[in-house]
Amino acid sequence: MELLVNIVLLILLVATAGALVVVRGLLASTMLTSVYGLLCASFFVTMDAVDVAFTEAAVGAGVSPLLLLLTVAAIGRGEPRPVGALPVLAIVLVPVTAALLIIGTLDMPPFGSPDAPAHTHVAPRYLQLSGEEIGIPNVVTSVLASYRAFDTLGEVLVIFTAGVAVLLILATPGQRGSARPRYVPDNHRDPHTILQIVSRILIPFILLFALYVQFHGEYGPGGGFQAGVIFASAIILYGLLYGLPTVCRVVRPAVVEWLSAVGVLIFGITGVFAMLSGRPFLDYSVFADDPVTAQHIGILVVELGVGITVASVITVIYYAFANQFETAES
Amino acid sequence: MDVLSYFNYWAVVVLMMLGFFIVIARANLVKKLIGLNIFQTSVFILYISAGKVIGGSAPILSDDVTLYSNPLPHVLILTAIVVGIATTSVGLALVIRIHAAYGSVNQNDILKQDQQC
Repeated sequence: MELLVNIVLLILLVATAGALVVVRGLLASTMLTSVYGLLCASFFVTMDAVDVAFTEAAVGAGVSPLLLLLTVAAIGRGEPRPVGALPVLAIVLVPVTAALLIIGTLDMPPFGSPDAPAHTHVAPRYLQLSGEEIGIPNVVTSVLASYRAFDTLGEVLVIFTAGVAVLLILATPGQRGSARPRYVPDNHRDPHTILQIVSRILIPFILLFALYVQFHGEYGPGGGFQAGVIFASAIILYGLLYGLPTVCRVVRPAVVEWLSAVGVLIFGITGVFAMLSGRPFLDYSVFADDPVTAQHIGILVVELGVGITVASVITVIYYAFANQFETAES
Repeated sequence: MDVLSYFNYWAVVVLMMLGFFIVIARANLVKKLIGLNIFQTSVFILYISAGKVIGGSAPILSDDVTLYSNPLPHVLILTAIVVGIATTSVGLALVIRIHAAYGSVNQNDILKQDQQC
């Protein structure tokens, strides 16, 4: 049964990707991307990767199509048919590469076999000892925020850098920061009354859920990355329905820009704090005498830093794109 | 040889090639980024498939579960997804700037304009 669901989802994914190849027009492509993200998230659930599914549902089905939509809104949706020859190079190159890759897969261990090399190296150690060493049930969080915390610090830095890069690329002369919305009078041309009322009821619960995911990430699926994206999506939903000027009054661009750096700093300072006490970088044992409690505190702080950075970088990116769109509109 | 035990890998190859095709065959820069996204997701699917153990459960420790799927690929891909959206947005920001500078996001138009300069 599990395998059947797996096969059906993969076929649907291939069909969606195929439709993306065929379809013309960027709006349709964006919608298909959203479908693709949702299917991908469902696939990750059948593969037991609940934490990943969480992230993909928020990113792949929500934030990513949204940024595409804002881009398409700023540049126009047309994708004219190419005049002239077929893309011969692509038509030759793609099957050849595919054939080579398929020959490569024949050496792979059978899907799902418990004695595949991937399951015999460090994974058993994580599964057997993380319960005693870290003391939290979610092994993914243990690995992310404790065993491989240095790795995660790198990822958070990449996200922060990407946020800064978007700000620099989209900066317009005479304007600092991600957004400087002009004041728009309240009689907005296109009031989405029903959506506005529904979202007004939904947004508090989305924010609450994000906080739950953030602080319950040690016991169930969740953590800083997922919570950050969910938190940002609530802000983005508000911005979509009430306009950029309104959301900027609630969540000020300058504040989010600062917060995106604060998250990275919280993570980094946690590491340096251990060094000041003569321990290796990111060694959590300095936080408490009991090693398990120390791990708990360390993971909580680090995940908080991740959550703050992810939420604010996604919000900053949304502000920068929405600002372009509103400029293009006027 | 059991076809089912390779189905996931082959689906990954097909997805990757569809993404690859969009990247090289389509002239529109936004479409290229969508293709790149499919390419990227196919790698995610490969990693997560490699982490699956048949009959296993999600890696959240519990007393009544004995077999878990591999948590390590989950950690790698979880962070990669968020990094992916951050880098994609850098790409989209570049597209907006290219549109502002050239008035087009079609690769052929842009190359033509560059040659005229």
